[in-house]
Amino acid sequence: MTELSRIWRETEYRYNLIGFKCNNCGESYFPPRDICPHCHRESIGKMEKVKFSGNGEILSYTTVHDAPPAFKRQVPYLLALVKLDEGPVITAQIVDCDPDDVNIGKKVHMAFRKIREDGTNGVIEYGYKFKLD
Amino acid sequence: MLNVNFYICISAKPFMSGIVSYGSYIPYYRIKPEEIARIWGDEPERMKKNLFILSKSVPSPDEDVASISVEAARNALKRMDVNPEEIGAIYVGSESHPYAVKPTATIVAAAIGMPLEYFAADYEFACKAGTAGMQNVKAMVDSNFIKYGFAIGSDTSQGAPGDALEYTASAGGTAMLIGKNNTIAEINDTLSVSTDTPDFWRREGEPYPKHGERFTGEPGYFKHVIAASKAMMERMDTKSSDYDYVVFHQPNGKFPSRAAKILGFTEDQYKTGLLTPYIGNTYSGSMMTGLSAVLDESKPEDRILAVSFGSGAGSDAFDITVTGEMKDYKRDNAPTVKKLIEKVKFIDYGMYTKFRKIIVTGDSVE
Repeated sequence: MTELSRIWRETEYRYNLIGFKCNNCGESYFPPRDICPHCHRESIGKMEKVKFSGNGEILSYTTVHDAPPAFKRQVPYLLALVKLDEGPVITAQIVDCDPDDVNIGKKVHMAFRKIREDGTNGVIEYGYKFKLD
Repeated sequence: MLNVNFYICISAKPFMSGIVSYGSYIPYYRIKPEEIARIWGDEPERMKKNLFILSKSVPSPDEDVASISVEAARNALKRMDVNPEEIGAIYVGSESHPYAVKPTATIVAAAIGMPLEYFAADYEFACKAGTAGMQNVKAMVDSNFIKYGFAIGSDTSQGAPGDALEYTASAGGTAMLIGKNNTIAEINDTLSVSTDTPDFWRREGEPYPKHGERFTGEPGYFKHVIAASKAMMERMDTKSSDYDYVVFHQPNGKFPSRAAKILGFTEDQYKTGLLTPYIGNTYSGSMMTGLSAVLDESKPEDRILAVSFGSGAGSDAFDITVTGEMKDYKRDNAPTVKKLIEKVKFIDYGMYTKFRKIIVTGDSVE
């Protein structure tokens, strides 16, 4: 069974790409962090919740052919490292395109999609994926 | 005059509330009728001609009514700078909510950043659940219950393999943000007609709907669409030539054009909002997406008659006037319907069955 508490806890971040910015050094993080890994104790009380724009570019990508059950119907699909305009690099699917359309450096924007379902009677998890601009 | 057996829900004297913003979403994938006919041994040209359908949209495996509704609502918010904290209601109409018990509306509200205090519900009235939401939100705005409200019509509709519905049942949705401030299109008035008609239904737990054959046309679609249109024109003291655009629910390409002709509208008035030939029948999203396409091209002072239809059965009619605010409205901040129709990928029937889960994989988690 899917971890219900984890899904619930991460909903806000995954739906809207909400991360944290360290107001000590200016770095932004996703997923959220309570403490800045650079500033350590200096960042305590200075971590601010921020909503990222959802825009970014592809740093690298791969085509997945051997996928876990949750993604079986989407094979082959593209998985990319996306550098958000605000700085953080996140791993996400690139959807609605052919593998030939994707290149390093291409601009992308966030899409809202179903991530996985816990069978036919379990909870449905939603979150971010990306599309080419 | 209307048949006395109709239940006519009267709303509304004009309160100047209307559409503040709108947004649509249509999935990327398409299938052509030729491909469906190839599998079931139908004559493709006959199906294309009878239904006036050239392709239909297909949701990818990671799309459902919640994801489509979120994309539509986000597109509406890209075009108008409204603080989500000021949106006091959200109603999502659909025949294909992802959960039987757990609202789609709250998923959408969370994804667009609405606050804790808002009215929310999922609506169901076949293909007119979204427009029923529009009426409800308008009433709440008019009575100062809320400042803004979202009404969304969205579906990933079901058509049984081999059934005629499979040629048209498609996916897509539209969100209408309704309020009193900065309205780009005033809803001058709205009304509904409803009867108990067995034209189309899906029983609880059944994966596919059934249609009552001869009931779908005259006793279902035409009776209600035409009665609602005539009632609205009678109430507003208008005639067909007073409208720049007309948009109807569009289960196929033929029904709305025939309804338009019966009511005295010309092709120039209905062609902008007629999308079924390209995207299929998006059910609860159908008329609202047609209206979205009309708003994409309309200019101040344009007058629109928009009439939905939901099996079971009923129609909601809206008399709409585009306002001067449309001149400054940021339509291009989100994709227009024309743009959503341009960039597509056609798939074959095998891929279609994989996407629509007609092929069962045996994995419990997906």
